[in-house]
Amino acid sequence: MSTIAAISTGQAAGGIGIVRISGENAVPVADRIFESVSGVKLEKLKGYRAAFGKVKSEKGFIDEAVALVFRAPKSYTGEDVVEISCHGGLLVTKQVLRAALSNGAEAAAPGEFTKRAFLNGKIDLTRAEAVMDIIGAKSEQSEQAAFQTLEGSLFNKINKISLFLKGLAASLAAWVDYPDEEIDDISDEELLEKIESADGELRELIAGFDTGRIVTQGVETAIIGRPNVGKSTLMNMLSGYEKSIVTSVAGTTRDIVEESVSLGGIILHLADTAGLHETDDTVEKIGVDRTKKRTQRATLILAVFDSSEQLNEEDEKIFELCRGKNAVAVINKTDLEPKLNAEIINNNFKNVVYISAKNNSGIKELEQSVEKLLGTEGFDTSSAMLNNERQLACCKQAQESLAQAAEGLRAGITRDAINVNIDVAIEALDTLTGEKATESVVNEIFSRFCVGK
Amino acid sequence: MEYFAKSYDVAVIGAGHAGIEAALASARLGASTVVFAVNLDSIGNMPCNPSIGGTSKGHLVREIDALGGETGKAADKTQIQTRMLNMGKGPAVHSLRAQIDRREYSKYMKHALEKQEGLDVKQAEIVALSRNGDGEWLLKTKLDAVYSAKCVILATGTFLGGRIYIGEISYESGPDGMFPATELSASLKKLGIPLRRFKTGTPSRVNRRSVDFSVLEKQEDGETDTRFSFCTEGRAENKSYCYIAYTNDETKKVILENLDRSPMYSGKIEGVGPRYCPSFEDKIVRFPDKKRHQFFIEPCGLDTEELYLQGMSSSLPEDVQLKFLRTIKGLENVEVMRTAYAIEYDCVDPLALKPTLEFLDLPGLFGAGQFNGSSGYEEAAAQGLVAGINACRKVKGLGQLVLDRSTSYIGTLIDDLVTKGCMDPYRMMTSRSEYRLLLRQDNADIRLTPIGHEIGLISDERYESFLNKKRLIKEETERVAKTTIHLSEELQRLLVSKGTAPLEKGVRLIELIRRPQLSYEDLAPFDSDRPDLPGEIFEQVEIELKYEGYIKRQQAQINEMKRLEVKLLPEDINYNKIDGLRLEAREKLSKIRPVNVGQASRISGVSPSDISVLLIWLSKKEREEKSNA
Repeated sequence: MSTIAAISTGQAAGGIGIVRISGENAVPVADRIFESVSGVKLEKLKGYRAAFGKVKSEKGFIDEAVALVFRAPKSYTGEDVVEISCHGGLLVTKQVLRAALSNGAEAAAPGEFTKRAFLNGKIDLTRAEAVMDIIGAKSEQSEQAAFQTLEGSLFNKINKISLFLKGLAASLAAWVDYPDEEIDDISDEELLEKIESADGELRELIAGFDTGRIVTQGVETAIIGRPNVGKSTLMNMLSGYEKSIVTSVAGTTRDIVEESVSLGGIILHLADTAGLHETDDTVEKIGVDRTKKRTQRATLILAVFDSSEQLNEEDEKIFELCRGKNAVAVINKTDLEPKLNAEIINNNFKNVVYISAKNNSGIKELEQSVEKLLGTEGFDTSSAMLNNERQLACCKQAQESLAQAAEGLRAGITRDAINVNIDVAIEALDTLTGEKATESVVNEIFSRFCVGK
Repeated sequence: MEYFAKSYDVAVIGAGHAGIEAALASARLGASTVVFAVNLDSIGNMPCNPSIGGTSKGHLVREIDALGGETGKAADKTQIQTRMLNMGKGPAVHSLRAQIDRREYSKYMKHALEKQEGLDVKQAEIVALSRNGDGEWLLKTKLDAVYSAKCVILATGTFLGGRIYIGEISYESGPDGMFPATELSASLKKLGIPLRRFKTGTPSRVNRRSVDFSVLEKQEDGETDTRFSFCTEGRAENKSYCYIAYTNDETKKVILENLDRSPMYSGKIEGVGPRYCPSFEDKIVRFPDKKRHQFFIEPCGLDTEELYLQGMSSSLPEDVQLKFLRTIKGLENVEVMRTAYAIEYDCVDPLALKPTLEFLDLPGLFGAGQFNGSSGYEEAAAQGLVAGINACRKVKGLGQLVLDRSTSYIGTLIDDLVTKGCMDPYRMMTSRSEYRLLLRQDNADIRLTPIGHEIGLISDERYESFLNKKRLIKEETERVAKTTIHLSEELQRLLVSKGTAPLEKGVRLIELIRRPQLSYEDLAPFDSDRPDLPGEIFEQVEIELKYEGYIKRQQAQINEMKRLEVKLLPEDINYNKIDGLRLEAREKLSKIRPVNVGQASRISGVSPSDISVLLIWLSKKEREEKSNA
């Protein structure tokens, strides 16, 4: 069986996120993205052994993690399994998953781990159902949302592309199967243009995936700043902005207070970090290091400055941390007499917002600034959007197959092969929408439930 | 008065393209076999086009040959012009097609049957089929002879309940003026066989002397070294040509003015016609904007002046046929020898068959060819071969042959028929195979000769020579991977002239062969150590290398498909007792009774969720059986 991977912990900001890889090549795939501190390859490990190290992708280091190796048949699925436990936070866990996916694993279909466990005789029917019931109960709401999207714009869009490709495939088939009939030959240029237009639409969908995710799943946000500049105040302002959806995450073991708040249409997963300043205190140092790491991982940084104080060396460090990131400078305490050198701030940040916690002003500006920064400005939530990694994987498979067709056509590959590329793309799209009753056995019982377990 | 005539292992009803392959395979594998035909002069007749092969049909013939069938050899022997279609569209869709001398073909096949050890050839109309108490089949002829057989293959073509329609006139008839088989249908119905009516048609034959060739286009492209049979040596000699003609506005006008006299449009014909081979009046009605229709004038043989008008089949009245033909440039003075007709016949809903072509509910009874709902000589022959092999193996108590979709077009054809069924006569097409980059006509022997040998239809000698071919391919592949081609001005010039990037340093030959723009032939001057091998060896190496990536991907698809194919579904499953199946799935599964989960997943109306229910049920059952054991 192919090797599959998915995030197997809940899709909310939690302490630890686990990416599970299962299948024949689970260990080699994990070895490609995981470097143990001791230098030992996971391949050398027996079952039930763990290694500590780093997860990396082509772009570089992602996170520190523990990799736990299970050997077939002694694993949940009955296959070789590697579980990579990384720091919580959806974005990091997702990056780890994507690294696995681009190194030989396929995105697990909904419920596929449980399905494999079942098919490999690891669990019986009642247990499989019990497991799925538990998972199902948790994710009902998000499944509902996904279902609606599937029924709606995404379904329509994918269907439209699929129909377009089917038309193309049909005319190629007629041209091949009826060589003696007067069937208009499509020119290479026209064929290429059609393939590329479908390819382009799929690329657009894929590109919109991250933006879509930001809108639906929220964005990891770090609030940083010198002690007492008003980080907590900002956090409280944001929390108060829409109390109803604030959920604090219990059981966190860090000194980072986490909350999810809604800023305009976007959910921010906030971390109010320990103040950034040089310290010799060991405990405090740990807190500061964590803050730095957290900042590096965050998709959005809100850097808070005190308007009533002058900038100092520590603020320089903040500039440093924010360089190259999605960062907004939030100037607090604008109700007091300004002493801060605005010019320096403007030189270091493209986005500067002035707020006053006391007057409760400036939130609207912050909202606009963040939207602009994340590219969610004017994002139409009713437009076609890929909802999960499985859909993304299908879409990518279709797109890659079309890209191959285009490349083959340009390289002079004959049309019998191009035609097969198009067929594969159609199949991937039909799998996405559930149109295809297939060999790949996406089944309702298992697929009703979320990816992972 | 009824009398008992003789007992056989296998009886074949019909000696058309399906019946021939069935009878030969059965007899060659050692079953005592009899084949019945209404008229022995109609053995291997081509009542429609005088040609064998064409897109995907050419693939079928080469596959039949690789399994040890006769069609390819007969076609090679009696061809009068051979072409390779779809050159330039890619090796997967190259298809061999040959014009055949139809009398010669029929003679060849009749003689092949007559010469075959263990095979009796009899002219007789079978009027009744029944089973005796021992489960043996009894066949009664019109002359009251009763034969018994352990297995029977129905290959009745358009003879069964045949009725011809020409305009307002219709009468009971077999094809090409033969007597129909009118009585057998009733006895088949009594056995519970779900018969239905299909129709097909054929164009008129005209006298060569009455055609003005000076205004027609001669068709000359596509010459090839390839033959249908992997055993035939030498290039086909082209002895005759086809011509291209066009209809015009006037032709269209005649058709439209007389549509009310067509039995198709007046509703007289109930049978369903082939979508893929419409009558000319159908084309006019369905494509009203088309100014002209192209059609082909094909020779029927070397010692006849009869010509076949491919693409002009019709069931309009005789006078209308003549009138519209004479509107066509080159046919102004045409003399018709045989009038075009539509023929309606009885056939079975193939969902009643297993992938072995045996009836699900009638042990020992098999169907093949048009009787199973297909159309075309090649489709018929392919099924005949499989039915013949399986009937014989059943008699001998051996396992049945089922070719899966990834092995062949034959497997695809049969799987489509028995799994999806057909609503109109089924024609093979390359687009029906999802694995078509692997199922090429050039590698039919590599795919199927080992199977043919194992079954016993391929001789040890032929198998040895096949293994030798495989060895040569392997050696040549290894050689090109090792051979280095050095830089030279000529090479750079060739690369540039072929539109591919020049080299910076010497490369392995294999890298150059992989480039789509370069052929094996192009590289010959730079490949000084190239061994002297048959062209087919180079062809295999070249295709396998050029399409390597695609071939690997298709292989991966096949492996995925196989995962479900190995999950067998017991024949006696009661689908009504499996919880969770939807009603439609229950009905379809009970009717079709798929052999494995893979086949079940291809049934329309069986959804992915039904498939998982089946998988769960299977696994549960397995567990129960284990714990009981």
